[in-house]
Amino acid sequence: MLVKASPHIRDNSSTQKIMLDVIIALCPAIIASGIIFGLRALLVIAVTVIACVAFEYLYCFLMKKPIPVGDFSAVVTGILLAFNLPSTLPLWMAVIGAFVSIVIVKQLFGGLGHNFANPAIVGRIVLAVSFTGRMTSYAFPQFEGGVDALAGATPLVATKTADLPLLQLFLGAHGGVLGETCAAALLLGGIWLVARKVISPVIPLTYLATVAVISLLAGQEPLVQLLSGGLMLGAIFMATDYVTSPYTLTGKLVFGLGLGVITCAIRFWANSAEGVSYAILLMNLFVPYINNLTRQKPLGGVKKK
Amino acid sequence: MKNVFKRAAKGAHLPHNKNTQNISTVDLPVPEKILLPMQQHIGAPAVPVVKKGDQVYVGSLIGRAEGYVSAPIHSGVSGTVTDIRELQVSSGARIPAVEITADGKQTVDPSIEPPKVNDYESFTTAIRNSGLVGLGGAGFPTAVKLTMKDLSIIDTLIINGAECEPYITADNREFVENPQDVINGILEVKKWLGIKNVIIGIERNKPEAIDTMFALSKGDPSITVKPLSSVYPQGAEKILIENCTGREVPRGGLPSDVGCIVMNVSSVAFVARYLRTGMPLVSRRLTVDGSAVVEPRNVNVIVGTPIQNLLDFCGGLKGEVGEIITGGPMMGVSVMDTSFPILKQNNAVLAFSRAESALPPVGECIHCGRCIETCPMGLSPVIIAKAYNGHNLAELNNLMVDLCMECGSCSYVCPAKRPVTETMRLAKAMLRKGAKK
Repeated sequence: MLVKASPHIRDNSSTQKIMLDVIIALCPAIIASGIIFGLRALLVIAVTVIACVAFEYLYCFLMKKPIPVGDFSAVVTGILLAFNLPSTLPLWMAVIGAFVSIVIVKQLFGGLGHNFANPAIVGRIVLAVSFTGRMTSYAFPQFEGGVDALAGATPLVATKTADLPLLQLFLGAHGGVLGETCAAALLLGGIWLVARKVISPVIPLTYLATVAVISLLAGQEPLVQLLSGGLMLGAIFMATDYVTSPYTLTGKLVFGLGLGVITCAIRFWANSAEGVSYAILLMNLFVPYINNLTRQKPLGGVKKK
Repeated sequence: MKNVFKRAAKGAHLPHNKNTQNISTVDLPVPEKILLPMQQHIGAPAVPVVKKGDQVYVGSLIGRAEGYVSAPIHSGVSGTVTDIRELQVSSGARIPAVEITADGKQTVDPSIEPPKVNDYESFTTAIRNSGLVGLGGAGFPTAVKLTMKDLSIIDTLIINGAECEPYITADNREFVENPQDVINGILEVKKWLGIKNVIIGIERNKPEAIDTMFALSKGDPSITVKPLSSVYPQGAEKILIENCTGREVPRGGLPSDVGCIVMNVSSVAFVARYLRTGMPLVSRRLTVDGSAVVEPRNVNVIVGTPIQNLLDFCGGLKGEVGEIITGGPMMGVSVMDTSFPILKQNNAVLAFSRAESALPPVGECIHCGRCIETCPMGLSPVIIAKAYNGHNLAELNNLMVDLCMECGSCSYVCPAKRPVTETMRLAKAMLRKGAKK
């Protein structure tokens, strides 16, 4: 007979189930990327996923660490990394991104639960800085012009133009990295995550609301700002990463607010057209401080009279 | 209304498994032998007043309360004292225990008579002599709880009928089977302590109990029946006080600091019966349930009966048994040996199958923050674990880890299946030891 410390029962949640839910939530956007950018997009996703899992396995094997079997977190990182790449990217570059994400950002800092920033975001940033040209060779939607793999600007780059009809922005039939364009699919995934209680809607909502408000104040069209670039992808899937986001409600509000402010600052007043990934990286680094400053107050924390 | 910016304190949503809720209590036959450990309460162990070969009766004093925080222990059978030996209890301590072999006649001790109560002093003396301890599980001597220097600061008596642990329905059956005892007990406590308001807190998953209490307390405006949401740990003293009165018991303080006394419903009903009959606490109702029990039910058991008798009475066990616990699945204690006796504060005996009690493999913390959101006390287990690992006493003090009541909610919700509650226990001990230096 077993003798153990209480509690004697546990709920049926697990890290594996959480990661599976995230993968399920990413599926609509995977399908959308296949429709919008063609098979090549799916190939990039497959390569990054396989590379991420392989790097994780290899690293743990070489370092004689227990192999993290089946927690699926490397799969999630792989998909998110691919979502941040243009479908035209040479595959070897995608593999380098996977190496940076898994080995440098995740495993060297201690593996699952110890990374200081979102691995996929840093992978993307390293690639963007190293291969700026290829990383901004956005493909146009395949079915639109009939021309695949043509370098072109996203709606954000092309000015901030925003001549595209909102519906087209919403459905994602425009240029961009392969996972970010279809806001509809990303929202669907977000609803799934919230419904399954995997994420709290606080960070995405605060982030989006902040961007909308600042856009209005800055004289930009809020809906265009919300639907273009990596905002939806970042707000729903990257900013809600457990390890690199705050614990408490207040912390999440501060985090979302900071993300919105930095994103808009970069989009409107800096040299770069897109600010989501830098905003998330910067705010990731603030998380320990936010957590310290926004701790919840225990019941009975009041002074005894 | 809770301030969600202050703390989430969502509590845990557990499966209720109140399978025995509507089954009437049955009496367990008198066992051949009972074993009475001299510590069945929080505080100093009682001292045996009998010796081997003594003849004892139902209600005879076996152990005398020693010190202020202690409780006397009485025999639930008539028979002969056949052994006095040391017994290792769940805390690890070795406590003297008196074995009594029953003669089966159940002769009542001739000295048993209703106590004479005519003021506050005689009331608390009577409660002290009754051997009553908190029957909800903690086992704190009731007389100590009711004794205070300044009675005028107490304005509210809260009756704890939350029974928030899964499976257990013993308190629910007390409401349903002995509602008049509950009311009479409340009136006695209220009268002798001069308390103005009474709140009976019952979780909403006990509709019959709520209805019964509503009907009985209708004529008395000082008694309020308060249905509470069925969220664990609703019945934890400080949580119950907050949800019934909105008051916050300060760190290191007692319910009396916010003008409250909290009593378990079975305890308060016992007060009424004791004042009527004078029979001390020698038996109690408890729930026998769990996936490995053939016939789950509520049973009236003589204190000191071996756990094995109780399990046999409920049809025995089925399948491969993994774990037997006394108390609820969240805060109960693993039983090492089924010959161990039932104690006063045990409100359940649960037996689980091997599959159900297996320990899940532990993974890395993914910082999902569920322990922080769930903690009913608004503590931050994941941050506390970090301070514990870093031996940071000042930080543990800032984080107020001493407020943790070890309810188990943090471990329950952890997706990585980490032993969060155990870390909290270790952190509390670290702070306690460090503070002494």
